[in-house]
Order: sequence, then C-alpha cells, then structure tokens
Amino acid sequence: MNDMITVILICTGVLFNIFGCIGLIRLPDVYNRLQSATKCVTLGCCSILLGALIHFGIGSAGMKALIAIPILFFSATVAAHALIRGAYHFGTGLDKRTVKDDYKNAVK
Amino acid sequence: MRYLAVFILSLVFWLLLTFSLKIPNLIIGGLASLLSAAIFSDMYFKTPSKLLQPHRYFWFLIYLAVFIVECIKANFDVAYRVLHPAMPIKPGIVKIRTTLRSDFARTILANSITMTPGTITVDLIGDEFYIHWIFVRSEDPEIYTGMITGLFEKYIKRFAE
Repeated sequence: MNDMITVILICTGVLFNIFGCIGLIRLPDVYNRLQSATKCVTLGCCSILLGALIHFGIGSAGMKALIAIPILFFSATVAAHALIRGAYHFGTGLDKRTVKDDYKNAVK
Repeated sequence: MRYLAVFILSLVFWLLLTFSLKIPNLIIGGLASLLSAAIFSDMYFKTPSKLLQPHRYFWFLIYLAVFIVECIKANFDVAYRVLHPAMPIKPGIVKIRTTLRSDFARTILANSITMTPGTITVDLIGDEFYIHWIFVRSEDPEIYTGMITGLFEKYIKRFAE
C-alpha cells in the first residue's frame, strides 16, 4: 500500500516537472516562463519529497524530506521574485501579447 | 524575549533536521542556536508576544489549508495553458493595493501570490504590489484586487498582523 502511494506521488511529481519544462520552452517571454518554472516545478518537487517521506517513514531521512518542503517554497518564491524584478530592470521586453503594464510608470 | 524565541526556533529546527537526541548532538545544536540567535535576533520577531497567542496558530492552519488547495489549482491551471495547442495566455502587469501593515505579513502575502494561479509578485513599492499575471481576466482594479488578494488577505491579517 505504502509503495503504491509512493509510486503515485513520485510519478505525479515527475509529470509536473515535465510540464514545467515544456512551459519553459513553449511560453513566449521570460516572465511567462518563470510562471511555469516556479509553480509546476515547486509542486513537482514537493510531490517527490512527500513520496520520499512516505517511503522512508517518520525517521531521519523522512524528516529531512518534510523540512525541505517549506524551505523549497520560500526559496522558490523569493528566487522567482528576484529574477522577475531583475529581468524587468535589465530591460527585457514583454511579449507582444501583453495587454497591460502598470509597472512601467512606477520604475521611471 | 526576542533572543529566546529565535533560540528555541533554531534549536527545534536543528533537532528535527538531525533527528537524534544524543548529548553531543544537543550540545552542538545548542551552540549553533546560540550563535544564530546572537547574530539574527534583532532582525526577526518585532513583537515576540504574538507567538504565544493560540488563535493565531488556528488561523495559520486554516490559511495553510486554503493555500495548499490554491497551489494545486495553480499547477493545473499553468499545466493547462502550457499544454493547450493555442496557448491561451494574455499576460500583463497589474497594480494592486494592500491593506496589510507589517513587513512579515506583506512577505507572506507576496509569497502566497507567487504560488497561486498565474500570478508572480514583481515588486512592492509603498502600499502597492506589482503583479505579473499570465491571463488578465479583468480590467477593473477593484475586481482583480479581489481576485488576487481577496482570498488570502483576510487570513493573513488574522495571524500575522
């Protein structure tokens, strides 16, 4: 039973990581790519870590997997914020499908 | 008080990470926690008495449940947009106003926004968040402010303000 849950969680995780990577290639500009890179990849990794937790049980290894989840959440969000802000200030253009840009006036 | 809060949190974190209660481990952990408390205690917990109010933990747990549901929804949303042959995206950067006051609450709100469907926090200037949105659903500031922050702001206000 535990093995089955582990396999399902790890497969879901790998699947979401693949979606994230496809998004990284298909989406048009750096801002949209970061969206798929943060969301899909974070949940994919969390799912794999939960699979590891269930496989090893509450112990030395399982606890490390559990602690890695909140750390991953905070580091992924902060890194995405830093990258997206840095990209904007560096002058990377928005895609031509962009409908609204309120930030332009604030930066000047 | 502040020093003690940082010390206890780092010690608990160390014990969870190493997961053993042997004496040498406790001594090393204690020393490391003392060091980190000495260096970082003036950066965290402006008002440590809030850590002792139980209703904050209750609201934190409710917020966590809401957040996990939203986070899973966000993933399916992004996966759908990525895999759809026509790629239904309509990106834009919108400005929303927040009512939260403390730095900690604002950090939590910015992180929650980044993890929820189609939005990433770009910057925070004064009271205003600038948010990149993968699919701009509405042009009206009041409607999209409600869509982006409405769900989290009321819970964050209860446990972090």
